[in-house]
Amino acid sequence: MKISPERVAEIAKLARLELDDDKLTLFAGQFESILNYMETLNELDTSDVEPLYSPVMHSTVLREDVAAKTAERNAVLSNAPQTDGQFFVVPKIV
Amino acid sequence: MSNLYTKSLSEVRSLLLSREVSAEEAVTSCLDRIDATEPKIQALLSVQREEAIAAAKAMDAAGPDADKPLWGVPVTVKDVLCTKGVPTTCGSKILGDFKPFYDAYSVRKLKEAGAVIVGKTNMDEFAMGSSTENSAFHPTRNPWDLSRVPGGSSGGSAASVAASQTFGSLGTDTGGSIRQPASLCGCVGMKPTYGRVSRYGMVAYGSSLDQIGPMTRTVEDNARMLQVIAGHDPKDSTCSDLAVPDYLAALGRADLKGLRIGLPKEFWGKGLDPEVEASCASALNTLKELGAEPVEVSLPHSPYAIAVYYIVATAEASSNLARFDGVRYGYRDADASELLDIYVKSRSKGFGDEVQRRIMLGTYVLSSGYYDAYYRKAAQVRRRIREDYEQALAQCDVLCGPASPVTAWKVGELTDDPLKMYLMDIYTISLNLAGLPGLSLPVGLGRDSGMPVGLQLLGKAFDEATLYSVASVLEKATPTIGTPAGL
Repeated sequence: MKISPERVAEIAKLARLELDDDKLTLFAGQFESILNYMETLNELDTSDVEPLYSPVMHSTVLREDVAAKTAERNAVLSNAPQTDGQFFVVPKIV
Repeated sequence: MSNLYTKSLSEVRSLLLSREVSAEEAVTSCLDRIDATEPKIQALLSVQREEAIAAAKAMDAAGPDADKPLWGVPVTVKDVLCTKGVPTTCGSKILGDFKPFYDAYSVRKLKEAGAVIVGKTNMDEFAMGSSTENSAFHPTRNPWDLSRVPGGSSGGSAASVAASQTFGSLGTDTGGSIRQPASLCGCVGMKPTYGRVSRYGMVAYGSSLDQIGPMTRTVEDNARMLQVIAGHDPKDSTCSDLAVPDYLAALGRADLKGLRIGLPKEFWGKGLDPEVEASCASALNTLKELGAEPVEVSLPHSPYAIAVYYIVATAEASSNLARFDGVRYGYRDADASELLDIYVKSRSKGFGDEVQRRIMLGTYVLSSGYYDAYYRKAAQVRRRIREDYEQALAQCDVLCGPASPVTAWKVGELTDDPLKMYLMDIYTISLNLAGLPGLSLPVGLGRDSGMPVGLQLLGKAFDEATLYSVASVLEKATPTIGTPAGL
């Protein structure tokens, strides 16, 4: 499959990334060889195979839906790039 | 005791409990060794010097506690595991200033067992890599030959253990990231069954593949560490509530009579470097002399494992790493003025090339129109891979093969060719897809390179005890590889 730098730019946009032209060209070539390698899976007929998304054998763990405090506000905010002491701060949206 | 750092974890534990050595002496011995070796290997991203000495002094004042299985033992921890108040960078600029306000479950268990954390180990950024050259801070060197890589992504932990900076380290294994660096650095590395160790507090990469495990210089040391970190944790819904067996009790076996050892034909043929094959074949002969009966088995879908892995892992990575948006923690680009701009600029400047490459591959394989062709298809082949293991392990007690197709390669040798680098995990990756346990232990030095070779033992789900039992017998019957030649 041919992957163009323009296609890489579209994927980057979806992934919230911004790449310069050199990197778009570099990644396009690398993606092509990696995706071609991945396409070796098409040699296998898997039409009757149930997908396996996780190796976990046990069923989903449930607990009572009880609200509980797990962390202090100051601790949660302690790594934020910008806060007002109470909330995370981001640029005005509307 | 001047050469304390050369002892095993189990030996130091005995010396600490009998008060022949104080916790402060043990910690100081490791810190001195770090000072002596770190300029050459750069295995660490941070050293908790003052905190470790203060903790050791407090422990000495209280006296040894035999109920704490790692009382006073200095350890290092891969920088992907959250440590309260101590930097946890994942080898990435985007988390350069991050100091978690809580401990990962496995870190908490180490501390409760009396271990003292002396350093956080270097790693490929977000555990994406096979050589520890993808760290945003610096590459780590192999203690056996400083011109070579230590493997990855737990290369910092492997180098730190091999160089005797610590008595044990925690690594993580998504596609072989404990077993492969253990093999390249001459350590014992265990990737437990998926769900055996809680992933709470581990920064997620490929959530259905990631598993935390110990890296040590001996099999017994490894069993001691897994004993501490294994077990149920309600904070990780994928963590098993099966009882944890006594791993130390598994170590007393005298021989391997009655043990059936499966040899997957796909692991012992084409693509295996002759010096790795020679060392592994010699170990296999030892296993036979000890009474093990070889059984030829097949894992017919293993040639597809790397393609499946890079679809599943990148898909999960693109989702997991969406949380790094410059809002709640991590790097925020100062030039960004709008919200979307914060996301895009912070991520573009904060993530390195390999992480960006994998996020975008994951975004692509999950995108509309391609989901069925890539992600669903990969999940279907993943089931076939697990069925292969189930059928092979129905015929024997453990499987055995090399951990890596080659010994440690030169720094920079593969960095321009990501696909070739991905192929270095060919013997480790399928086990993560199946969720089963695997252990790598050193079995010799390559006759050409003089670098360590690791043999991999693969087992049934939650049967780590058998892996320890077999590895311990083989370890006793195998000449030691000695100390790293590069230091």
